[in-house]
Amino acid sequence: MNDIHDELVRIVGAAYVSRAEEELYIYGRDQGVQPPGRPDYVVLPATTEEVRRIVLLAGENGVPVVPMGGGLVLSGLSVPLKGGIVLDMKRMNRILEVNELSHYCVVEAGTSQGALQAYLARRHPALKHSVPDAPPTATIAGNVAIHGSGHLSQSEGGFHSEMVTGLEVVLPTGEVCRLGSCSTVDKWFSRAPLPDLAGLFLGWNGTTGVITKVGLKLFPSFPLKDVLMFMTEDIDAVPEVISRIVSTEMGEDINFFVTPKPAYFDGFQMTNVHVTARTPREMKLRQALVRESVQPYLDRKEAGFLPLPAHMKGNLLAAPQKSLSEFADIRKGGGFEYVGSIMPVESIPGAYRAGLEIAARNGVTYSMGARVVGRGHAVMFYYAFPFNRADEGEILQVRHALEAANRAALDLGGIPWKTEVAGQRMILARMDPATVALMERLRALLDPHGIMNPGNWEVAP
Amino acid sequence: MKHEELLHRCFRCGWCKMPLNYADFNCPSYLQYRFESFTAGGRMWLIRAWQQGELKAGERLAQILFTCVTCKNCVQTCAMAGIREQLVEIFMAAKGELAEQGLVPPSVRDYLKAMQTHGNPYKRPDAERARWAEGLDLPRYSGQEYLFYVGDEGAFDELGIGMARSVARLLGKAGVDFGILGEAETSDGNDVRAAGEESLARALAENLTGKLNDLGVKKVVTLSPHAFNILKTDYPAWGGVFAVEHWSQVVARRVRALAPAGPSLAVTFHDPCYLGRWQGEYEAPRALLRAVPGLTLLEMPRSRQNALCCGGGGGNFFTDILGHGGDQAARVRVREAAETGAAVLAAACPLCLKMLDDAVKAEGLGDRLAVRDLATLLLAAR
Repeated sequence: MNDIHDELVRIVGAAYVSRAEEELYIYGRDQGVQPPGRPDYVVLPATTEEVRRIVLLAGENGVPVVPMGGGLVLSGLSVPLKGGIVLDMKRMNRILEVNELSHYCVVEAGTSQGALQAYLARRHPALKHSVPDAPPTATIAGNVAIHGSGHLSQSEGGFHSEMVTGLEVVLPTGEVCRLGSCSTVDKWFSRAPLPDLAGLFLGWNGTTGVITKVGLKLFPSFPLKDVLMFMTEDIDAVPEVISRIVSTEMGEDINFFVTPKPAYFDGFQMTNVHVTARTPREMKLRQALVRESVQPYLDRKEAGFLPLPAHMKGNLLAAPQKSLSEFADIRKGGGFEYVGSIMPVESIPGAYRAGLEIAARNGVTYSMGARVVGRGHAVMFYYAFPFNRADEGEILQVRHALEAANRAALDLGGIPWKTEVAGQRMILARMDPATVALMERLRALLDPHGIMNPGNWEVAP
Repeated sequence: MKHEELLHRCFRCGWCKMPLNYADFNCPSYLQYRFESFTAGGRMWLIRAWQQGELKAGERLAQILFTCVTCKNCVQTCAMAGIREQLVEIFMAAKGELAEQGLVPPSVRDYLKAMQTHGNPYKRPDAERARWAEGLDLPRYSGQEYLFYVGDEGAFDELGIGMARSVARLLGKAGVDFGILGEAETSDGNDVRAAGEESLARALAENLTGKLNDLGVKKVVTLSPHAFNILKTDYPAWGGVFAVEHWSQVVARRVRALAPAGPSLAVTFHDPCYLGRWQGEYEAPRALLRAVPGLTLLEMPRSRQNALCCGGGGGNFFTDILGHGGDQAARVRVREAAETGAAVLAAACPLCLKMLDDAVKAEGLGDRLAVRDLATLLLAAR
């Protein structure tokens, strides 16, 4: 093992390799309730070439490689289940290109959401990217690698992986590969019309290679923004409400949520509609069209728009919302984990009822909600359970609640998102055997030494 | 350990690494080392693991904790109310715990030894403490409105001495009635406290407080934001009965307009952590700069509460434990300053002044960017 350590030092420099207990401890666990792992090394590469050499070294020695971005996935996907090298990608954080006319940027994989957001605001204020509801240290590549979504997912085409215009990846066998238009010309504008090989790395949670550069779509950034909060007590009405609002094409981001706290929200189902505009006149028109779309509910006095105080509006309009991180401490215990599930819009009432039942049965508190993805083509429904990190019993309760939520999501026709190993196995058990076999064949082909994030997406443990 | 009950409440969400505007990583030790362990969240989890017996304290843990420069970026940005206010206090308490166990890095140990045995980190006799004022004809304190306290850097550091002399001149020109302690000055203890040595800091504080109280001092104006911080925040609990201001606040109240500094000059200002994030003063130095005709103030992307620390806090100015290289906070900071197009980077803290001056040299930016102390810059405009 000393040889591997020495070689890693030769590749990235002694300052950026650690096998100290302190780093092994931190990189051996994430913020959720999954059991810890233990890496052998933590390595911080600065270039694609360093990544390539590390992967080659790992392949030659059969050492696992676990790529890590912001390390905020919560479900243990960047926790090394079988030891090896954790590859913290955040030194690779250069913003390489912003194409103002073709509306895309190219960034290194460790670029954070916050850094890109700030960079665009300062240098290209007419453009923005889709920001996930994660802390600003979440990385661009990490989020596309898990099919993340964000505040433009409703209006601008879906999951963040669908906003990718090109990738540079290091294959598990050490080749550096460009995918999309950048494979053929020196432009990163599109994955079409070429065979879409980016799909071999998007949503695979780092089990097929290491993403080192990302081309990403950018979108117009309008100066005016507002949020409308639609409230109802009828959960069965929510899918139609969402469908009506989506159909106006006036909302930039549409989110449904329920929470028992604060008490005045308990029992209500809220749908937030974010609206942006270039001028006050446009804003008024957009808001009017959103209101008009749900007029029948207003006329029947079955629902209404809640007047929002300025501080609440400010919180809701922030991207990302810091208040979501505060949720981790509502038990005064610094922890939460959630099951995200991609499901059809019509599954929301069932998912909501299942969530209430799971929370009650497991004795945990909750928050639930859903972000509309695409033009109502799906929602990312989440069950979030806070826990007290100092209470082992509570951690276990939440783990059980998450497993139950995964099962419920599948029963309701949803697919658990960025799920932990137990959830992956549930999915694989229900997946078309031919699809499972194809996944295994692809993985064996790409990663003959089985070094990439092993333990994840494996049929047999 | 003090505040141990808060340790498990850190989610390690990472907000602590960035400024409020996300411009770039803003935690000096994380910028330098880039391991998650060197973030505020990493420290919280490691301290908890150590306190619970899951992790044995050793050199690496000491390095991780002592490289916290107490800049308070994490306090500014942490998402968790009820925890964030205590983050730096927790890190200082953990440093103290390590010190109790004899696990202090050698350079920190040497710094603390110097403070214990010489009363200052420069190992110089107190008899030399008045040399900075030679030729200025400044009165010893004898009931004037203010006592001007220059501290260790103002007395012994070359750049700090220059800054102290400029501030003294500026105070005089602004009509401030003040005296100095001269040889009778002793260390304020701010950075000793930041290095985790609360009892030594308190001893230094009680010594200085006793002198000031005996002299009947009612108002103190400090050269360094570090001294300003501890005198204002901690000394009242340790017997201090005087009001405290930073020199920029005192002068800003008195300056109406200054003469042109010469041809037009573009200046960017570096907010010292102990003036800004610790004491909330962002405006006084800017008001002074704006009073100079022909001076254009250019803000860096990270300014005011988002300012990147120079890396000199937490005792690192003396211990150098944060280390060197291109990712050193001061070097990142001067590159950021140079990108504004400013010809001058102004500093209002003697520690920042030295850190940034060294960084400009290390970055080879001397032909584009000059580091100047704010007081000297203002004197040139009068």
